[in-house]
Amino acid sequence: MPCTQDRAMLEAYLDSEIAEDQERALQQHLRTCPDCAAEIAAMVSLRRTMRPAASRFMPSDKFRQKVRSQIGTQISMRRGLRMNWLWPVTTAMLAVMIVAVVWTRQSALRSETFREVTDLHISDLASANPYDVVSSDRHTVKPWFQGRIPFAFNLPEFGGSEFTLLGGRVVYVHQQPAAQVVVAAGRHRISVLIVQESSATGTVIPLSEGVAVRDSFNVETWGRNGLRFYVIGDADQGAIHRLAGALQGVNG
Amino acid sequence: MNSRWVAARKEEMNRAFFEQLAMPLFDQLYNHACWLTGHRADAEDLVQETYAKALKGFASFSEGTNLRAWMFRILRNTFLNSRSGLAAQMTDFLEDCEGSVEEAVSHEITPERILIRTENQEAIFAALESLPVPHREVILLCDVDEMSYREIAHVLDVPVGTVMSRLSRARASLRSALGAKLKEEVK
Repeated sequence: MPCTQDRAMLEAYLDSEIAEDQERALQQHLRTCPDCAAEIAAMVSLRRTMRPAASRFMPSDKFRQKVRSQIGTQISMRRGLRMNWLWPVTTAMLAVMIVAVVWTRQSALRSETFREVTDLHISDLASANPYDVVSSDRHTVKPWFQGRIPFAFNLPEFGGSEFTLLGGRVVYVHQQPAAQVVVAAGRHRISVLIVQESSATGTVIPLSEGVAVRDSFNVETWGRNGLRFYVIGDADQGAIHRLAGALQGVNG
Repeated sequence: MNSRWVAARKEEMNRAFFEQLAMPLFDQLYNHACWLTGHRADAEDLVQETYAKALKGFASFSEGTNLRAWMFRILRNTFLNSRSGLAAQMTDFLEDCEGSVEEAVSHEITPERILIRTENQEAIFAALESLPVPHREVILLCDVDEMSYREIAHVLDVPVGTVMSRLSRARASLRSALGAKLKEEVK
């Protein structure tokens, strides 16, 4: 039976602009409808490719100075002598602003990383054949990553636990190779993403620790021994936290 | 302390406040202006005028409203009234039947899906540039500047429902532009 899903609805779903219950219904639908899943996967990669459009054009410093001096506090330079009382006020205001700007930048970077991680997880949900290595045996999945990523990590024994190992693949987060291991918890799929915390240039992906909610997914992240772990999925926070705990146990 | 002196100080504070709030948006507004106009020189004029107008109107800007959407709206209106903006409006006939688009998901592996899969950035940028302004701007606001539908509605001065339908139509036309590009390459 052909699917009659409204395309605008799928787009609104990716834009996080639909109500929670609609979102849940759509997620269920995506698991059973390969057409919509393929459509979502195409939309996700289109968005990822478009992201650099945000910094395609950069203004020159000269132009920035020009506008700044046009709108800026030229007058206070001219009337500086009479304005002594204003300096402490402006300085305090500036300090507050700088803190605000730095904080906004940080949270923007953080939210971009979250977005990438979420996109990767969604594209896994959406893909019919999402793994490069398909195995429920950690002794198969772990060695597969050797030589494909520039770091090593351990997987806990899933036998007898609530989790089932589904497989893994190599993905990229912030242009760095990362390991994505997918685990099932009941009917929910959970992605574990592991990436090196610092690149050659020494940048650290800034993220706060603990369980957070992002695009209705639960996410837990932590850093250990130079690696950054993300556990993301629509399973409940408890399950995410238990899986995170198991991973922390074997990567101590 | 006479009232003129007080007014001047107030104006001073206003400027300093505006500068601190509005300058962090500079790169984003400039990038958006370049995408809209297609020329760096036009974009510079546009951004400069936007900041001048915004400073003038800053007194009327009520705190708590979204400064970014407000600035983008000024930029957009300034662009539409500029020479290149008027030219764009003349050529870009946009039939915006403002209803909802009930376009079902296609079932075939369309050529543009293949192109998207390869994440061919150059082709996607070229396709985006080829879109009429109303389509280009709504995609930029949503996917590049990452605005919510509500913010976009404020920038474009249309209801949220229109944002949704216009976005959908714009993305469909982006993808058909990509498909056309792929066919050209194959030939």
